[in-house]
Amino acid sequence: MKLWAVQRITAAFLGLAVLVHLVTIMLAVRGGLSAAEILARTRGAEVWFAFYVLFALCAGLHGAIGLRNIAGEWLGLRGKRVDAVWLTIGLLTAAFGIRAAWGLYDA
Amino acid sequence: MHDPSAERSTPPRESALRRSGGDRRHPTYVAFIVHRISGLLLALFLPLHFWALGQAITGEAALEGFLRWTDSGLFKFAEWGLVVLLALHLAGGLRVMALEFLGWRARQKDMIAISAGLAFAAGVFFLLNVG
Repeated sequence: MKLWAVQRITAAFLGLAVLVHLVTIMLAVRGGLSAAEILARTRGAEVWFAFYVLFALCAGLHGAIGLRNIAGEWLGLRGKRVDAVWLTIGLLTAAFGIRAAWGLYDA
Repeated sequence: MHDPSAERSTPPRESALRRSGGDRRHPTYVAFIVHRISGLLLALFLPLHFWALGQAITGEAALEGFLRWTDSGLFKFAEWGLVVLLALHLAGGLRVMALEFLGWRARQKDMIAISAGLAFAAGVFFLLNVG
């Protein structure tokens, strides 16, 4: 699949996910952040876990493809091998995010 | 003297921009650069965010310890900055998607103003709610 298409598909999901994330942040910071409050929402919650896994995957890929586009335009870093490196960085970033999502689910 | 191009509601064509060396004062260029810089900063922050959360979320006590560790004015300011960057990138991204998928080429300046307003509102809401 073309990276251009991946960037648009992830953007479409992120449009909704970031909105949910921002609203969640606003609610979570009211009266101060607390681990008990966050985990009460996420612990054992399959829907939140699925949301965060998808969110991490889309954000990781979207960020890496964005960096790839900027590096291509501003630094002239282009090519299939460079793309493979960016894709790896995106998937690695997503993996770290999924690890955090698992923590929220399993803590 | 009346300049009809001042009332132009759609951005100049890309080829015209290239010939003129680009119109960097045009609102759509400002929107493009804000979207790019906010995206760049968020993409650089994301691996750190995920890594730190993964390290911290190993149980309620560990997460609580991490949250208390970040309970300083400097972290709150950084969090506010990230919320504004995220809101800016989201609002700018919605504008780009409206342009690319829906073909909404008219009233670009209004859409940019709405995007900026959404990001500003998110920043204010965060400040009002942060404890």
